[in-house]
Amino acid sequence: MELSTFWFLLIAVLFTGYFVLEGFDFGVGVLLRVLGRDDRERRVLINTIGPVWDGNEVWLITAGGAMFAAFPEWYATLFSGFYLPLLLILLALIVRGVAFEYRHGRDHAGWKDRWDWAITIGSVVPAVLWGVAFANIFRGVPLTADHEYAGGLLTLLNPYGLLGGATFLAVFVTHGALFLALKTAGDIREHANRLAGRAGLVAVLLAGTFLVWSLVLRANPAAVVLAVLAAVALVAGLAANRVRREGWAFAGTATAIALTVATLFTALFPEVMPSTLDPAGTLTTANASSTPYTLTIMTWVAAIFTPIVLLYQAWTYWIFRRRLDTTHIPTH
Amino acid sequence: MDALDVARWQFGVTTVYHFLFVPLTIGLGPLVAVLQTMWLRTGDEKYLRLTKFYGKLFLINFAMGIVTGIVQEFQFGMNWSDYSRFVGDIFGAPLAIEALLAFFLESTFLGLWIFGWDRLPKRVHLATIWAAAIGSVLSAYFILAANSFMQNPVGYRIDPESGRAELTDFVAVLTNKVALITFPHTIAGAFLVAGSLIVSVSLWHVMRRGVTDETPAHRFATRFGAVVTLVATAAVLVTGDIQSKIMTQVQPMKMAAAEGLYDTESPAAFSVLTVGSLDGGREVFALKIPYLLSWLSTGDVNGEVHGINDLQAQYAAQYGPGDYAPMIPVAYWSFRLMIGFGLAAALVALLVLWAQRRGRTPSSKWLLRAGLVLPLLPLAANAFGWIFTEMGRQPWIVFGEMLTRDGVSRSVSLTEVLTSFTAFTLIYAILAVVEVRLLLTYAKRGLPPVAPPPDDDPGDRDADEDRPLAFAY
Repeated sequence: MELSTFWFLLIAVLFTGYFVLEGFDFGVGVLLRVLGRDDRERRVLINTIGPVWDGNEVWLITAGGAMFAAFPEWYATLFSGFYLPLLLILLALIVRGVAFEYRHGRDHAGWKDRWDWAITIGSVVPAVLWGVAFANIFRGVPLTADHEYAGGLLTLLNPYGLLGGATFLAVFVTHGALFLALKTAGDIREHANRLAGRAGLVAVLLAGTFLVWSLVLRANPAAVVLAVLAAVALVAGLAANRVRREGWAFAGTATAIALTVATLFTALFPEVMPSTLDPAGTLTTANASSTPYTLTIMTWVAAIFTPIVLLYQAWTYWIFRRRLDTTHIPTH
Repeated sequence: MDALDVARWQFGVTTVYHFLFVPLTIGLGPLVAVLQTMWLRTGDEKYLRLTKFYGKLFLINFAMGIVTGIVQEFQFGMNWSDYSRFVGDIFGAPLAIEALLAFFLESTFLGLWIFGWDRLPKRVHLATIWAAAIGSVLSAYFILAANSFMQNPVGYRIDPESGRAELTDFVAVLTNKVALITFPHTIAGAFLVAGSLIVSVSLWHVMRRGVTDETPAHRFATRFGAVVTLVATAAVLVTGDIQSKIMTQVQPMKMAAAEGLYDTESPAAFSVLTVGSLDGGREVFALKIPYLLSWLSTGDVNGEVHGINDLQAQYAAQYGPGDYAPMIPVAYWSFRLMIGFGLAAALVALLVLWAQRRGRTPSSKWLLRAGLVLPLLPLAANAFGWIFTEMGRQPWIVFGEMLTRDGVSRSVSLTEVLTSFTAFTLIYAILAVVEVRLLLTYAKRGLPPVAPPPDDDPGDRDADEDRPLAFAY
């Protein structure tokens, strides 16, 4: 396998990891005000993701860094081209990140309420905008021959892009609800379980349409197989939820998210950012990549350290495996 | 005003802001780990309470460090995409490795530390804060290696076809002599900040709150912080001295600008303070120490130090017509303010140590005031240090290879950069107020009481499922 292909694969894996992991903590954030009726319940919800959300977000930083190192042209074109959506994502991630730490800083209802809104909005905005961004990367955007983005913000808000945004949000909400059903006990668990069922229906509908539309835009046999498996995993996850097998249900949405990201990357390969304006502007794994020397070094580093990261992150999830409910929340 | 100006302001504002939090994270993490280690070794509750107290201040600050850090990474692609295209082959590698090696370690193990108090055996729990601390120090190394490439590009060639910089020797990039000296200098600066914060907070408790059960702990912490501050100052001075010699070799213009030295001199005098136009013309008043600049720059009291005019002529011949000097007043004053604020912090720490000698309780109103502003001094020193480093490199974005103005994103409009600059500045301003208030609230609250740690071994803890968490958001 060519090194640039390997790095395309690795970046796909990093984004998959990011969406599977931060996907559920976005979902929990979106549902904070829906499932948490009082402060104590909200604290339960936040504490289910408390030990892990920060580590989840590092998947994004790593994906960004890997893109910069392995495909600088792709990184430069994407980040300067999708300027305003990325700005909104950054602002959302900033207020969300500090909100987790700051909301318990003062024992004052209005203070906590404002930070709860920060968490909710800070979770909705990136969930939707990552969907819009990925749909547009897949669909292609106007790029000039020297790889500069020639569109504007409205170029990105096309029907397919917006469907991508809605799909990401619905799937993450379902994924988050299932995570909560798996990680909590008592009332919250019951509510999360029921809500996952309802949100799941919306998710199936949107994700189904999104996958079909994606395959119409571009497809290869492997992508079709992956898309079908993604749909099956989502439906199977929801079925498991109905019979209260919450672990399997969560595994179902996790698999569905992973397979959906895999479908997009597989159908896209070897292009990384197609141009709708000038075919010469299309970025591919070949014309966007770093030199073989850089890729070789990066490959060694990734080969040694990725398994270590996976091990200790998995260990974190194991350490904090028990279910939480309101009795576990200290009074201060 | 064009997009380039705004992009430069945005980089300056977001970087300086980010670096208000980073030194505290880098310095305070290991110090909290040391306190927790002392608790584990002595069993003295005082150290546990200090661990939790300063751990909390560390976490409030850490949240800001991480969220503003993402902006830094994305900004290269958003505002400086032509720069990213030019150096991506080299510059991206340390950034990606920083994330993979350092950020994952830092954030994952910090999560384990925060929530793991009653879930992990004591020794394993202690190891998690050390792992997080090591992660933050490692991340400093990789980002400084990337930055040092911009100051002193090594281990690369320019591809004649694409015109881009390509990596030829990664070890050379990681062992760039600028990186090797900037790293300890920056880490020492971080400990200067963290030590000062501890002195400031604990001194306030010692002086203002009368004798309580917390007093012995705060008296200890005050001394601990002061010693850290003084040791860090010594390290900053030694590393800074070596760094200035290396800087004179690789970026002579930066040294000349720092001194406002227009004509080559040997021996050269160090200007402590010059009042004048700093354009080489009028000099109203100057306080100079003979031979010192020669020694600082070259290690030889009679060494030759190149002046701005000579270097300008030399660069113009080498790179074509253009202005190759940075803004002299900015370089001159930021260099002095960096040193001045750093030394002021050391002085305050020394006074505090003296005032508390042999069990005395300091009572001077002035010392209390000095103690309260103490953490601001090394923070200012750090900020001016970065302003000096980055402004002194101008007009280059990569020294000798790419001008800053050529690195900006071509597809990004003035409106877009202006929008993001305004948005970031606004949100950063609001969050700064919130953060400082929260830090003050917690700092004033004093040491948390500690419940006796459970004696059972962790194997039994699952049986105790309904006990409230030891720490929860």
